[in-house]
Amino acid sequence: MLTEIRVAGFGGQGVILAAIVVGKAKAIFEGAYATMTQSFGPEARGGSSSAQCILSDDPILYPYITRPDVLVVMSQEAYTRFSPDLKHGGILIVEQDLVHLGNVPAGARVYGVPATRLAEELGRKVVLNIVMVGFLGAVTGLVAADALRNAVKDSVPPALEKLNLQAFDKGFEYGSHLMQKLVEEGQAEPVLSFESES
Amino acid sequence: MHADPKGVLTGVHFLDGDHACCEGTLAAGARFAAGYPITPSTEVVERFASRIPTVGGIFIQMEDELAASIAIQGAVWGGAKAFTVTSGPGFSLMMEHIGYAAITETPCVFVNVQRGGPSTGLPTLPAQADMMQARWGSHGDYGIIALCPNSPQECFDLTITGFNLAEEFRVPVMMMLDECVGHMTEKVIIPPADQIEVSPRRYTHKPPAEYHPFEPGEDLVPEMVKAGDGYRFHVTGLTHDERGYPSMDVATQDRLVRRLLDKLKPFSNGRAICDTADLEDAEVAVVSYGITSRVAQRAIELARTRGIRAGKFRLISAWPFPEQHIAALAGRVKAFVVPELNLGQMVHEVERAAAGRAKVIPVSHAGGTVHDPEVILKAIVEAAK
Repeated sequence: MLTEIRVAGFGGQGVILAAIVVGKAKAIFEGAYATMTQSFGPEARGGSSSAQCILSDDPILYPYITRPDVLVVMSQEAYTRFSPDLKHGGILIVEQDLVHLGNVPAGARVYGVPATRLAEELGRKVVLNIVMVGFLGAVTGLVAADALRNAVKDSVPPALEKLNLQAFDKGFEYGSHLMQKLVEEGQAEPVLSFESES
Repeated sequence: MHADPKGVLTGVHFLDGDHACCEGTLAAGARFAAGYPITPSTEVVERFASRIPTVGGIFIQMEDELAASIAIQGAVWGGAKAFTVTSGPGFSLMMEHIGYAAITETPCVFVNVQRGGPSTGLPTLPAQADMMQARWGSHGDYGIIALCPNSPQECFDLTITGFNLAEEFRVPVMMMLDECVGHMTEKVIIPPADQIEVSPRRYTHKPPAEYHPFEPGEDLVPEMVKAGDGYRFHVTGLTHDERGYPSMDVATQDRLVRRLLDKLKPFSNGRAICDTADLEDAEVAVVSYGITSRVAQRAIELARTRGIRAGKFRLISAWPFPEQHIAALAGRVKAFVVPELNLGQMVHEVERAAAGRAKVIPVSHAGGTVHDPEVILKAIVEAAK
């Protein structure tokens, strides 16, 4: 199975690191395959930032994503730009305080998380990207929570490890509760299917 | 000889091709780099600059690419393993000193992370349009080795191979990455130092009185000395005799320049590094290299599912061109399909080697992204007809 993920937002939100954590978790801590590529403009910083990550059980040949199965957006601009590309039936994960949902792509399954607020509860807004990773882990089940936690640990400076793991857990718990609630309400399946519909 | 553990970051990492290439240089024993950082190759020297103080060595950010490409050669003659890193515009500026490395037989490595050209072109997007420049860019007759990794893991592995080949043949080695491979992040396994073979410099064992710096051995490669070790030697870009002294003699010129090419002959055929699959029964051979080889692999798989017998011939060492291998295949396959991120470069080599015995179909692309596998598939389908 091959899953295409795009993570997008502002420069400075940790978009690239979020994609690195997900890819690293799959490739190193689950022993499968992941290829991460970034979209670079000529600008050094500021503006939009986007990373693409392909997860697969088999070696990955084509390096870019075509139509993402999962789209994670942390800015309105990213939502406007990338949501039309989401695969039919794909998963849209949004930072709900930063993105106003208009024209939701047909068939999309949308999950919102107030990642910035949850990060602020930890005292550091900058870890919102890791909150998003935790949330993604819980709602998609694409990568095991342990693998993701290990990848977080492996990707941040030791001094910030505790903070980032707290951020991950906060996002993961928020996502788990949301999924539990949706399943109870009959609005979601306990196990999501990612079979390509392209 | 095994790698020096100080430079080896043993473990399983999630690295992009540029960073993996940097780790390859350190594992191979490079302790000197000079560069004038340029997108999309900057990460190689950025990492080297941050790693080298703890490993022990030097990085100098030079005033331009000309300076960078000659500083490394000074470091080599001083005893270091050295390299520089650039992309198209900088590679153009380095051409003069690539010729200098060739005629002085200075073992060194040039990393070129290819981007779209000509000129400033597409700084942040991939191309493979410097392949001919890598081979022919400097004036005069000479030979080089060029390697084309297609993943971050290969950026690590082949960089070590590149340094080893530079030492063995005393040639400049070109690491021909492309922006896609350079900026692609994947799992990279770095083995323990005692599992990494590195080639030591070929220093002479002769006493100073008997030593001639450019007297070739049986394999046509002369032995080196380190500056300051008590040997007299002279290094010049002028045509030189076995003693290293300038000579305007026609016979000396002939002997030197032919040897610069002849010493690479073993590598051009028997030892060429190629990755082949499904060629036994193939009617179409897809010849590709670098990132394009991965996309081509997808096209080959799609062709096979449609019952077309397509096979893979991947150039890992693109130069010297493995012409005997292609010539042998030309007698067996109907056609070669050659996708590359340029408007036709290595395809001319395939045509030359095939010598009319098989069709050669280019799948050109001006760069900026990679091929759509369907486009390569279409060419394979045409070729099989």
